[in-house]
Parts: sequence; C-alpha cells; structure tokens
Amino acid sequence: MPEKKEIKGVIERISGSLVVAGGMEGASMQDVVHIGELGLVGEILEVNGDKASIQVYEETSGLMPGEPVVSMGEPLSVELGPGIIEQFYDGIQRPLELIEKAAKSHYISRGISVPAIDRSKKWNFNPKVKVGDDVIAGDILGVVQETVVVEHRIMVPYGVKGKVSKIEKGDHTVEDVIAVIDDNGTKYEVKMLQRWPVRKPRPVARRLPPNVPMTTGQRVVDAFFPVALGGTACVPGPFGSGKTVIQHQFAKWAQAQIVVYVGCGERGNEMTDVLLEFPELDDPQTGQPLMKRTTLIANTSNMPVAAREASVYTAITLAEYYRDMGYSVALMADSTSRWAEALREMSGRLEEMPGEEGYPAYLGTRLASFYERAGRCIVNGKEGREGSITVIGAVSPPGGDLSEPVTQNTLRVTKVFWGLDANLAYQRHFPAINWLNSYSLYTERLDPYWDEKFDDQWTSLRVEAMSLLEQEAQLNEVVRLVGIDALSRDERMVMETAKSLREDFLHQNAFHEIDTYASMDKQFKMLKTIVNFHHAGLDALHKNAPMNKLFNLPVREQIARMRYLEEKDIGQIDKLEDTIKEQINGIVPVGGDSNAA
Amino acid sequence: MLPREYRTISSISGPLMMVEKTSDVRFDELVEITLGNGEKRRGRVLEIEKDRALVQVFEGTSGIENEDTKVRFVGKVLTLPVSKDMLGRVFNGRGEPIDGGAPLIAEQNLDINGMPMNPFSRDFPSEFIQTGISTIDGLNPMVRGQKLPIFSASGLPHNRMAAQIARQATVISGHEDFAVVFAAMGITFEEASFFMEDFRRTGALQRTVLYINLADDPAIERISTPRIALTAAEYLAFECNMHVVVILTDLTNYCEALREISAARKEVPGRRGYPGYLYTDLATMYERAGRLKGKSGSITQIPILTMPEDDKTHPIPDLTGYITEGQIILSRSLHRQGIYPPVDVMPSLSRLKDKGIGKDKTREDHADLMNQLFAAYARGKEAKELAVILGEGALSDEDKAFAKFSSVFEDKYIRQGEYENRTIHETLQLGWDLLTMIPVKELKRIRDAYIEKYLKPLLNKGDA
Ligand SMILES: Nc1ncnc2c1ncn2[C@@H]1O[C@H](COP(=O)(O)OP(=O)(O)OP(=O)(O)O)[C@@H](O)[C@H]1O
Ligand SMILES: [Mg+2]
Repeated sequence: MPEKKEIKGVIERISGSLVVAGGMEGASMQDVVHIGELGLVGEILEVNGDKASIQVYEETSGLMPGEPVVSMGEPLSVELGPGIIEQFYDGIQRPLELIEKAAKSHYISRGISVPAIDRSKKWNFNPKVKVGDDVIAGDILGVVQETVVVEHRIMVPYGVKGKVSKIEKGDHTVEDVIAVIDDNGTKYEVKMLQRWPVRKPRPVARRLPPNVPMTTGQRVVDAFFPVALGGTACVPGPFGSGKTVIQHQFAKWAQAQIVVYVGCGERGNEMTDVLLEFPELDDPQTGQPLMKRTTLIANTSNMPVAAREASVYTAITLAEYYRDMGYSVALMADSTSRWAEALREMSGRLEEMPGEEGYPAYLGTRLASFYERAGRCIVNGKEGREGSITVIGAVSPPGGDLSEPVTQNTLRVTKVFWGLDANLAYQRHFPAINWLNSYSLYTERLDPYWDEKFDDQWTSLRVEAMSLLEQEAQLNEVVRLVGIDALSRDERMVMETAKSLREDFLHQNAFHEIDTYASMDKQFKMLKTIVNFHHAGLDALHKNAPMNKLFNLPVREQIARMRYLEEKDIGQIDKLEDTIKEQINGIVPVGGDSNAA
Repeated sequence: MLPREYRTISSISGPLMMVEKTSDVRFDELVEITLGNGEKRRGRVLEIEKDRALVQVFEGTSGIENEDTKVRFVGKVLTLPVSKDMLGRVFNGRGEPIDGGAPLIAEQNLDINGMPMNPFSRDFPSEFIQTGISTIDGLNPMVRGQKLPIFSASGLPHNRMAAQIARQATVISGHEDFAVVFAAMGITFEEASFFMEDFRRTGALQRTVLYINLADDPAIERISTPRIALTAAEYLAFECNMHVVVILTDLTNYCEALREISAARKEVPGRRGYPGYLYTDLATMYERAGRLKGKSGSITQIPILTMPEDDKTHPIPDLTGYITEGQIILSRSLHRQGIYPPVDVMPSLSRLKDKGIGKDKTREDHADLMNQLFAAYARGKEAKELAVILGEGALSDEDKAFAKFSSVFEDKYIRQGEYENRTIHETLQLGWDLLTMIPVKELKRIRDAYIEKYLKPLLNKGDA
C-alpha cells in the first residue's frame, strides 16, 4: 500500500455539485476529499496544476470560497466484510438506517459520517486453514455465517501471499486481526474488514464462456430471450413500460446466490417497496426470505446527483467481492440512464467538449468498462472457485427513442436486449417485452443445456413458438387490409395459437401470487401444451373439424389457466395432452379426411 | 456575521447578474437587491468563483443598473415562514401575502429547497383516495402520498378536473384533517380566479393555501413558487399531521423559466433547449411527495402540465412521467366529442394502484374488474378501428360486442358531471353493469368467483 498523504487546499469555485479547489498540488484523480467546515464527501475528477475539480456527493448549498478541502490521498473505496447483505446503502455505501439515526430525522442531512460496516458486531469466525498452510491471494482463510443463507468467506487480500502464522477461531469484530500471513518474514495482518477502490475492477484468474443459464422465473425471458450466468442485459423502455417491475422480478426470482440492487436516480418509494417486501418474500431456492441474499443501494433522484454516478461503482464492487467468494451474483441497475445523466452534468460543469446530446465523448467507454465487470470466471485462489456477475441495466431513453446515445452505447456492449413497448404496456400486456425486436445472443448457447434437461425437445419448441409469433405479425398485416375472413383455415389456427402464446404464456402478471414466478419445468410444460394444441388443431382442421368448435373447446380454458397452477401441481399440465386429444377427437367429423381446405 | 453589501455589479445577462469583489459569499445563499429607486428584489447565488458571485434575480434584472444598485448577501438560504395560519390565505409566488390580511407569524422558518427524504424513512403509500371520478378511482386509483400528474394540453379542461379532485378527494375510512396547497405558476388571472372562486364557493378555501404566480409576474420567481408550496405542504403534513394534496399548475411554465436561466448561463442544452439537469430538478420537487414512517400526515401531489403540441414525448411530460408514479392523460379527441373528464384511459396509469385497492381497501373484485375493463376497452377500440377500414360486416360477433361496449363505456363510465361525485361502489357497479354487454367467456381477467358473485345477478336480472 502506498503511503497516504494528506493534502490541504481551499475552495475557489462552487457551481452546483462541482467544487474547484486550489492549493491541491500532489492530489490525484479519483481521490476522496472532504470539503468545507461540514466535511462533505467528494471525489477528484480532474487535476490541473494545483487546481482540483471535485464532484461533491452531498448538497453544496452554503459552501464558501476559502473553506478548506482535504484530500486523504486515497481513492473512493468501499468497505468489504460481513454485514453487507441485508444492508440498505446510499450511493457511497453509507447505511441509510444509520443516516436516519445520526441525522435524527427522516431527511438526509449533510456531513454525516457513518461506517459502512458495523465495527462492534461480533462474528463467529471459522478458520478453513491451519497455521503453516501456504496461501495465495483469494484463498479462503475462514468463514462466518453472514445470514442464514450466505456464508461469508474471508479471503486472503489481493497482493498478499505466504504462510499462515496465526489464525484466530471464535468471535471477532471486523477490525480484529483474524490471521497473520508471513511472506518470508514480512508479516501481514488480515482482518475481516477490507477495502477496495470502486473504480478498479477486482482481478480474476480467468474467464469462462457464458453457457450456463440464469433463470429468472419470467417466461418471456427464460424461454425466448434468456440471460446466461455472467451475462449482460439491458431493458430500455419509455416511462411506465415496466423496467422497474421487471428488475424487481429479477431481484426476487433470479437464480442467483447474491443479489445487488442499485436504484440509481429513481424513485424513493420503489426502494422502500423492496425494503418492505423482500423480508416478507421467500426465495424459491432456499425457502428463506429474499432479503437474506440481497443488498440494496439507493441514490434516489432527489439525492445529490454526483453520488448517483458513484452508486453503480459501489454496487459492482460489492458484487465482485461476493463473486470472488465463489457466488453467482446478479446485479440490477435501475436506471443506467440516470447515471449517464449525472456524468453529463459533471462533464458540463467541467466545461468539457460535449459529444452527442451533451453527453461526454467518453460515455461509450465508461458504459463498456462497467459492463465488462460482469462475467463468469474462475476467481483468484488455489481452489479454482467459480463465480459470476450477471448485470442487468435498465435504460430510460428520452421519449422512448432508442436512437439516443445511452441506449446505443449500451446496446453495443450488452448481449441481451429486452425492448419494452409502450403499446404493449397500454394494452396491459406485461412484461411489455416486444417479442419481435428483442434478442438474446445467449439463446443458442443455452439451448443445449435445456435440451439435455428436456429430452431434446426444448430447441424445437422454442423455435416453433417464436416462428408462430412471427407469422402472426405478418398475418396481422393481411387482416388489417382485408379482414380475418381472407385467411385460410391453417392461418387462422396460427393466429389462434399465437394469441394463446401471447395471452397464456408471454403475458405474466408480476403481482399475482402464483403467476409471478414460473420454474423452467412449468415453462416447458406450458409451452409444450400450447404447441401441442396447435399440432392437434391443425390436424383436426385438415380432417374437416369445424373451426369455431375447435377454437372454443373447453380445454382451451384449462390451457389459459395453466399459469395459475402452483409449482407442486404442474404435473396436471401433462394430463392436458390427453384432454386435448379427447376433445379434438370429439369434434372431428366421422370420416373426416385430410384433403379439406 | 454582518450582512455584506456591494455595489459592484459588473454584468447583467437575462435574469442573471455578476457581482464582483465579494468575500464570504455562500453558494445558494439569499441575496437582497435594492435598486436606485428604492425597489427591493431578491435573488440567490448560482455560482461563485473566488471573489465573483453569479446571482439569479427572482424578479428579473430589468432596471438594475451597475452604479445605483446595492446587493446584500443575507448569509442564509431562502426560507419560508410557516405556521398553521397559512390555511385560508393567498400568497404571491414568493410567499408574501397578497390577500390584504395580516403578515404571517412564523412558527418556523424553513429552507424552501427542503432536504431529500431518506428512502429508509419512507412509508409506502397505500391508502386509497376517493376522488369521485370513475376514470381515476376505478381504473387509476390514487393513494395518499402518491405523485400523480395530469398531462393535459392547451384548451383541455385540466383546471376543472383539478378543482373537482380538490373538492371531492376523501378517504373511505372517514374524515380526517386535510388541506390543499395550491401553487400557480404562470397561469392567467382568469385561471387563477377560477380556482379561487371554486374554493371559495365550496368552502374549501379555509383549508387551502394558495401561492399565485401569474403569467405577467416575473418568470424567474416561478422557480421558487413550487418549492415554497411544497415547503408549506411539508410543514402541514409532517409537523401538523395533515393529509395534504398539492396541486402544481402549470409545470410547463416552470420548465420554461428554468430553460431561460440555463440559456442565460450558456449551459450546454439538452433536448429542445431544456437543461440536461431538468430531470433532477423536477425530481427534487416531485419526490417531496410521500409518507414518512411514524407520521400520520401525507403529501399527495397532482402536478398539472400542458404538453406542447399534445406531444407526450416532449421533455416536460417525458421527464415528469419518468419521475412520477403514473400519469392521467387527457385526450383531445374525447374532449371534442364533448366528454368530460376527457381521460385517455389506455395510456393513463397509476403505478400505486395495486397498493390501494382490494379487500378491506376498496373491494375484493376491484383489481380484476379494472384489468378487464382496460382489456375490453382496448379490444373495443381496436375493433372500431378495424370497422372504419373494413366496415362493420368484417367484425366477428364478439368484436361487435366489444366495439359497442367501448362506445357505451366512453359515454357512461368516462363521462361524468363536473359536480358528480361517484362513490367507489358506484364506480365499481357501473363497471359491472357495462360488462354485461360482453359474452361471459370473454371475461378472462376476472376470477370465476367474482363473475358468480357480481356479474351473474345482473345477467339474471336481465333475463327475467
Ligand atoms: N409484469 C408486470 N405485471 C403486472 N404489471 C406490470 C408488470 N410490469 C409492469 N407493470 C405495470 O406497469 C407499471 C409501470 O411499470 P414500471 O414502474 O416498472 O415502469 P418503468 O419502466 O420502470 O417506468 P419508469 O421509467 O418511469 O421508472 C407498474 O406500476 C405496473 O402497474
Ligand atoms: Mg422505473
């Protein structure tokens, strides 16, 4: 660790969340500073001679030229250690509950300094190594049970290796020394509390291909536009189209071991909602409350804008830390557009040359390097543990127009695009993911995984269903011009099945206690049944079955109700196959042959 | 600290002026300006660079001269004196009484910018407000603590609708202490007097606080008006435990004033010349709605804005929609058909609806009924469009039923009188009555049990 040196300057200019300080020679970019008598927190964006331009993470009202600015010579960092899960942090990792206590108010006042991780709480530390063991960075020294479902693994810090010369089992605070590592005479004391600069990606041993699915319980996603563990995805859409709801759905039902949810420049109530709801909802994988695997970061739209920019880095660094332990982590960021806007605002105040729509020219690289921190990989340490971070970013394009810079730069780096459609939202078709223009570059990679699980039937089902939906879109054009009567009987069947796919499969009500989540087994059975009816229906039509009767068979009602079957009852879906056969046989005229129109 | 006084204005640009050779000036602090003729104005510090301070003058800079004008830095940010006696009073856009009444004796002086609510300290809004308007109560239910704007356009009756909501808003659980805070930004004298008259006539004035910045009042003053109103609302809600409805009209004028300042500062403009921080700026106001843990009061916001050229993607409605918890959109086409209130049902949305309705809140069937009415109306409108191109004959029997439904729905459900105050039960009943026009098997969004309970009796009655 380089020597930390304190640098003292004074405020020269104040413009909103930007402060320029003089007398700062020797300060470096990205260093944390404390500003003014109140000691507001800020970060150096730019150094020019002895002048440092600083983005201030708190409201700057009342600051005055001449007030002191102190740099501790350390980059903006997060604290790592047990106690992160179940926390609710602001953008610079201050626990909002402690802010409430310190401020003695429902409002966030300024200059509050509270520790990110509780210093007094004792954790029961269970060593996984013995004195004399050789360890390298990333090796697990021991574990503490952070929550019922999360075993927190204390790792040898980055850059440290050697022989364990001391290891302390038992109850400790995060600041106690729990191990000493001796590297040829240099002794390194390890505590549970570690730090990491947020803007520097934590290194991994090597990267793995994204060929394992991360299911989300959302049918349109898992079946048609899936995301892989370690993948990146974006959800752009106009206001009210369902970005937040879908992010909340992922946070609830995604098959990840750890969830980091960052509300970046969005509504306060939405975070409160998560905070109140998650402790009450059980994770289908563990049966424990969802909150036991979740950490929340909120920099709502009315909180200081600069901290919004930091919040996504705080989030991804926490995610990396749990990935390094060997967990699959899902990170939801709602909304990355607000982060980009914060970037734009600071860039404007710095009087940088504006690029497209006023965004700085480096917007694209910033977005790319953020999403690059996602991935499935073998993490550091001798063990070769596998960990992953899956990043899902919401994008809020002005006017819903996807040609704007944030969306375009995001689409360049993310591999899944779930395009939300205002018209679907108006029709209350949720999730309003447009199945015609959305895509996932993981689909083909993940097909083998599901084919193996579902007897080689998955890919063909998926492809056929999607093709029916596409045919429907084309047939709709025809119908709009000349009316439904112009369609052939086969085409009418396509239209019926596509409608069934839309209404009985793609449509999923996030607020219905059962419909909100569907396991892959359930999704497979549902899809199979709908496609099954399609084949049987076509067959019946060819045998001269009356179309009206076919479309109104009672079994269709059962198909529509499949989604409301509890997971324990999904076996009932299999029985529909016989019901379909029976009922269709009942309407095929005796002697109906196959050359009917 | 002594207030410092300067006569060192070096340049004036739009609503801004630069004051030189200053010392100890604080960012954002209040500035008092005395013109040569003794006229007093106020402003705030926008930016400081060493010994130069950029000041935004609320009343505009015309008449300010370099030599004769004195500038005094007050040493604190703009505050608003508040007390419960604000109720029933009328103030200008700067918070000074204009009703001829006595000056307010302040209980507290509050920073008009407020402070951000800690999301940890929020309580989730979930208490249904009955507005007596079916398109809101039935389809876009509002809850206490919500921010639900009305997206309107020039010539549409948003003011009448806002007044109706202010008049009728109540909770089912009974009468509680509640108040209306009304802030006018750049509206005409006629519009302002419509509200005042309406409040006076219906006796609502005693529980109303009005802040009026008219079209011919200084534009820059509009930047403070909504903040002043919200500061008053916060005091009434969280210090006096009242349920406060805040009506802000017209946000479009507010945003234009903001754009004016941004242009004067030569900032890089965002879309359509509005500053890049418009989202954040609006959010610092809209997010002041809500509920707090352990407090019985609440702030419900109904901002009104007129969409330039009826365009929902214009930055003002667009950014508003990204911040608020839904929107009520008015439709010119319904208005032309003479339907009041002309609520465009499909794109309107209340995001907190699910929290406020259902068993023990409104009624068990509310959510299903709402979803079904939406779906049926959507399908009916689609069928009608199709019929325009292909003729009635091309519609299936079901589509014909839906098309008919959608017309009757507009006439009976959407349309209502300006003084017609429907209870939520009347609204729900009306919904069921209309659904009798549609074949039962098409009612897929409603649980069978509710069909049995609420629809079957109506059908049987029809048969008899
Ligand atoms: N899967 C879903 N099931 C049921 N309702 C949904 C679903 N998704 C969205 N909705 C409805 O749409 C509304 C808006 O969704 P949401 O708040 O997620 O929009 P958003 O895209 O995040 O908007 P903004 O950009 O303004 O934050 C929700 O309040 C809810 O009523
Ligand atoms: Mg959202």
